[in-house]
Amino acid sequence: MHEEIKHNIHSLLSKGTRLDGRSASDFRPVSIEYDVAHNAEGSARVRIGETEVIAGVKMEVMKPYPDTADQGSLMVNVELLALSSPDFEAGPPSGDAIELARVTDRAIRESKMIDLHKLCVTPGEKAWMVVIDVCTVNDAGNLFDAIALAALAAVKNATFPGFDGEKIDYHEKTDKPLPLQRLPISLTLYKYGKHVLVDPTQDEELAYDSRLTVAVLEDGSLASMQKGGDEAFSIDDLSEILDVAVEKSQVLRTAL
Amino acid sequence: MSEIKVKDKEIVVPGETLAIGMDYLPSHWTYREKDKILASRLGLVVIEGKVLKLVPLSGVYLPKRGDTIIGQVTEILLSGWRIDTNSAYSAVMNMKDATSEFIARGADLTKYFDIGDWVMVKIINVTSQNLVDVTMKGPGLRKLKGGRIVHVNTHKVPRIIGKQGSMVSMIKQYTNCRILVGQNGVVWISGDDPAQELLTVNTIKKIENEAHLAGLTDRVHSYLEKRKMPHSGRNIHETDMPDVQYSEQE
Amino acid sequence: MTYEKRSDGRRFDELRPIAAKVGVIPRAVGSAWFKIGKTEAYAAVYGPREMYPKFLQDPLKGCLRCHYNMMPFSGSGERVRPGSNRRSKEISLVMERALRPVVDLSQFPNAVVDVFVELPQTDAGTRCAGICAASMALADAGIPMRDLVCAVSAGKVEDKIILDLMYDEDSAEEGVDIPIAMLANSKEISLLQMDGMITKKDLMKAIDLAKKAVDEICDVQKTALKERFNVAEH
Repeated sequence: MHEEIKHNIHSLLSKGTRLDGRSASDFRPVSIEYDVAHNAEGSARVRIGETEVIAGVKMEVMKPYPDTADQGSLMVNVELLALSSPDFEAGPPSGDAIELARVTDRAIRESKMIDLHKLCVTPGEKAWMVVIDVCTVNDAGNLFDAIALAALAAVKNATFPGFDGEKIDYHEKTDKPLPLQRLPISLTLYKYGKHVLVDPTQDEELAYDSRLTVAVLEDGSLASMQKGGDEAFSIDDLSEILDVAVEKSQVLRTAL
Repeated sequence: MSEIKVKDKEIVVPGETLAIGMDYLPSHWTYREKDKILASRLGLVVIEGKVLKLVPLSGVYLPKRGDTIIGQVTEILLSGWRIDTNSAYSAVMNMKDATSEFIARGADLTKYFDIGDWVMVKIINVTSQNLVDVTMKGPGLRKLKGGRIVHVNTHKVPRIIGKQGSMVSMIKQYTNCRILVGQNGVVWISGDDPAQELLTVNTIKKIENEAHLAGLTDRVHSYLEKRKMPHSGRNIHETDMPDVQYSEQE
Repeated sequence: MTYEKRSDGRRFDELRPIAAKVGVIPRAVGSAWFKIGKTEAYAAVYGPREMYPKFLQDPLKGCLRCHYNMMPFSGSGERVRPGSNRRSKEISLVMERALRPVVDLSQFPNAVVDVFVELPQTDAGTRCAGICAASMALADAGIPMRDLVCAVSAGKVEDKIILDLMYDEDSAEEGVDIPIAMLANSKEISLLQMDGMITKKDLMKAIDLAKKAVDEICDVQKTALKERFNVAEH
């Protein structure tokens, strides 16, 4: 169905350009707006070109899991809203929504971005759960990066609600931020033939060979990965992709 | 004593009062309620003497007999192809309307048109239930190879084409790209230079956004003049690409 | 009991600040954003497009389908569990009925026009904000419609008839909440619900408050729709 567009993208990349005139490693303009949902404990709107997503953090107190009795917990959920694209349907989360949520979750969890020990109130009894929901408003491509960045920004923006040891008062907002240790920038690289490309538009997403999502930390080390797409890539390809990832993660880090 | 409440070329919203009194007559996308004439969709007011009508500014394409459109093959049928028309209604192209060649019963139809192919076709029939038949028999109708597809607001198509194709010719002159515009808002663009192709896309997007504002031709001309790129000057595509003739639409 | 002062200092017959914008979701055929106080609604219109599942097709005219949803972090208390529930299904249904009297889908047999309404933040009056946004989005999508629909809630707290309730008023003991949608020109009522107890006399007073507010809301909707097409030259 997408042979023409695939052919076109490949031929443009070999001439050093893309459908919208960017080079392979150019991002569209990235912007973040904080405090966009007053009922959330933290929230952010991320725009990458015409792509727009909103993330919100809600905090709950619950009994810790038995195997991590001295820790709080984390949950990430992604809603690919039918509002944001003719290709999304109302109803239970699709495979794509679940993958997006799990990949975003993994970057935050595995980098130990949030110090979960500090979310414990009473070991074995009470601990905070951080729930991050990301909703898409307009899908013009590269939801992977937009969703991950919005989740990060909303967590960074979040403060604890009032809590008297028994009950949460969601109307009382404290100025106590979440215990953050580092900021993992999650970035997705797309492979088209021998070319590596960032920030695809929705047309470009129709025709890639493979993709790799990787979370990059401040010092350039890596926290989580996910390969996608129908084709395999070589070990040399991986090395090249990771170099681009580390370099381009700065674009998103400076937006935060 | 009748009173008109709007100016020519003004943008009005559904339910907005255009005129009060019985001297004016409602036409396209307007209706009378008691002594008032009101808008029945979002649009641009056109005052023709005592007749008030609206030109739509937005909305998806609705297939119309006689329109030349660009569609995409989505399904191979027993005796033809199903074609997406960029509307709520798909079209069927029967074998006999696809080619003058004889196609034997049971032949592999993908040899002619395969799923994903873009085609320029003409609508020959639309039923009351919006079942659509299209043909490829006619000047300029064919399969589109290569190039890129851009979607535009179907109501802006007449402005993109221009009077007797003047707007599209001007863009072709500056960018040396081949351009085909379907009435259904699908535009096919093909050029040898990616920068020229992109300039064509951007120019078309500019026309789409500013189509309802005065002085469009001059603005597009100076836009292209500022961005013009050197090329050989000889329009290599002029001869091999007969333009499809469009009926002038208001 | 007398209700002396509203928590945001408004007069009893005063709307919260309203803002609106049209064309906010480029992927949609038509879209709009409507904000009243701290309640914020997005609406996107897709279609007319092919109706699935097929057995829902109406061979005589197109079908209008609304989908109302609160984003999980939009509620004033705990997280709202994602996915549809009984409340969101009912609201979707009454929104459809609020909009149907103005839209004309006779040209689109077998097709569907989908309206998706999403709320990123709420402070009561969500279905009304959703209807205001949806009405603008339908107009933006070029759907034939003979009028705009405007909606606002009115009601009663203690002894006062009030307009545009906030969460603290909506949830007050003995509070009465009456979401109302009207056609902008005729002021005919296309949505009317009520939670609470009220006399007929007070109800008519509340409806009268809503009726006056509808003109103010409609002006905001009109301005936003026209601004959408007043693009600056670039």
